[in-house]
Amino acid sequence: MSAERAQFGGRLCICVGAGGVGKTTVAAAIACLRASQGERVAVVTIDPAPRLAQALGLDELSGEPRRVPGAGELWAMRLDPKRTLDELIASLAPNDQARERALSNRIYRELSGAVAGSQEFSAVAKLYELNRDGGFDAIVLDTPPSRNALDFLDAPARLTHFFEGRALRLLLAQGSLATRAASRAGAPLLGLLGRLTGAGVLREITAFFTAIAGMVDALAERAAAVQALLRDPATGFVLVTSPKREAVEEAIAFAEELRRAHLTLAALVVNRVHGLEAVAAERSALEALLGARLAGLVAAQSRELEALGAADLAALERLREAFGGLEPVLIPDLGDEIEDLDGLARIGRYLERSPNGTSPSAAQ
Amino acid sequence: MFLLGKGGVGRSTLAATLGLLAARQGRRTIVVEVSGRGDVPRLFAAKARTGVESELAPGLWTLDVDPRQALEEYLHDQLPLRVIADLLGSSTTFGIVAAATPGLREMLTIGKIWELSQPKRRVRGAAPYDVVVVDAPATGHGLALLDAPRTFASAAAVGPIARQGRRIAATLRDRSLTALVAVATPERAAVDELIGLRRALGGSLDAEIVNGVAAARFSAADAAALRDAGERPALAPETRHALAAAIAAESRSRAQRRQLARLDAPLELPLILARELGLRELEQLADALAAAA
Repeated sequence: MSAERAQFGGRLCICVGAGGVGKTTVAAAIACLRASQGERVAVVTIDPAPRLAQALGLDELSGEPRRVPGAGELWAMRLDPKRTLDELIASLAPNDQARERALSNRIYRELSGAVAGSQEFSAVAKLYELNRDGGFDAIVLDTPPSRNALDFLDAPARLTHFFEGRALRLLLAQGSLATRAASRAGAPLLGLLGRLTGAGVLREITAFFTAIAGMVDALAERAAAVQALLRDPATGFVLVTSPKREAVEEAIAFAEELRRAHLTLAALVVNRVHGLEAVAAERSALEALLGARLAGLVAAQSRELEALGAADLAALERLREAFGGLEPVLIPDLGDEIEDLDGLARIGRYLERSPNGTSPSAAQ
Repeated sequence: MFLLGKGGVGRSTLAATLGLLAARQGRRTIVVEVSGRGDVPRLFAAKARTGVESELAPGLWTLDVDPRQALEEYLHDQLPLRVIADLLGSSTTFGIVAAATPGLREMLTIGKIWELSQPKRRVRGAAPYDVVVVDAPATGHGLALLDAPRTFASAAAVGPIARQGRRIAATLRDRSLTALVAVATPERAAVDELIGLRRALGGSLDAEIVNGVAAARFSAADAAALRDAGERPALAPETRHALAAAIAAESRSRAQRRQLARLDAPLELPLILARELGLRELEQLADALAAAA
């Protein structure tokens, strides 16, 4: 296996990072690159820009991998976290009636917004299924933008905890006691909330736990399997960032979380870096070519680019310092939005040229 | 004043800038975040503390609203039984209750924002604000926030929250009290969202602000001359790169102009070339904004 192939994840490659750094694009470019190296690859994206979706053959919502035309064995799918969770619940339900009851419950329907990590859980759960059933050499997963790395890593455990709902069942038990001894302070909490909000909170909550009761064990089991998959040595995390200050600090914090959780950081990709090419042209050379006025404008443009480059250089230094031996893979600011396979291949060439062919295990 | 728009277009920076402008004019101002990220205090090199009103600069305050805390506050105010608020302090409980009550999270957040703007504060001993600038969540969630009081009032026809919902909805509808400002970058996706936002709000925005507009240095004729020059043989690599960068800048600027043309008299703010944004850059932006407006 070539060095750069090892660097972008083993069998499973999970792209993580802050929102707005081009994570989806980088994930697609990694998948493209690996497909061009002869692997059968699935890329699972969350929310591709319309034209990227079009380039990947995903302009319609699609919950199943589709072959991307003209890119070898590259398959792409768009993940709908809500639908993935529905499918999971449906597959775990003991019978049709239980499934309908769970899926139509209002608490369940609002779940993705209410419980931090349920989107992340859906994403990894899909990865688990594709890994088990898909027949792919490699799966590249684009993840929802996480405010907190822990949302992603803890999602399986947190969701199980939520479904088990011990604390709430305790409250419900108190609530029913309280109907007999109505004066006890604190007990009629949910009833009170129901009155304040005018919504049938208590009824819904009871219905939710009844509906979910038969699935808790199966769900906990699946969550444990997903957790194990995240820790598998063949799973590598690719941390994507931009040179912007907030993104850099988030990347550093994220890497720390990964380290603490004993997960494999396979590569660090810095996207949209300015100033990778020197633009400080001789003024006289520019003037000879363009005349004084236009040469002045070009020089001003170059100065602006150098200022951006200097800022990015400082960000890279900060990253190198924080990441020690792991040399970042740099992708220049390519200006226009990446909107086709050629654009992805352009990014792929930078990925391929990556500085040190660190294998995932050596990068830790 | 609510700032709405796509994620990553600089809403927080602009919220801080507008806050700074208002505070400069001697008005007691608070910039409200609902993200839990503390972007606004970071711009002032201040520590972020969720749920605490803290002063960033003379007359300029900030608060990161935590819906759970807002609910506690509300319950303490309505029903001073500490044990209830404490029970609700459990995040699992809150998660489930919020899930059972669509829009509760938004309702609590907007309720807190409204509370900040009232002459008589619910928080004991707290002074009212003249201006409340809200760094609203990204487009869809931002709209849900504005809509929450109305939907809540209609869903729960009776009860104290419905009553409060109607009062808040009335404040939001009153455009002499509430301003809606949309923010975008001069890129297709952000402008698409802004236009969608304008439509969703029934065509009424108080301002459309575009962040990070690149300087338009080159004309189309310049671009042609640059392209010709770039094709000369034996250019030094720096010269070739400088020409390519200028050509790219011209095409980017042209693309930006096309996007700006889709908007309704947008206020343009320049791209700030700083290693990191701080007070000085905010002052620059505030000047640019004051000049543009």
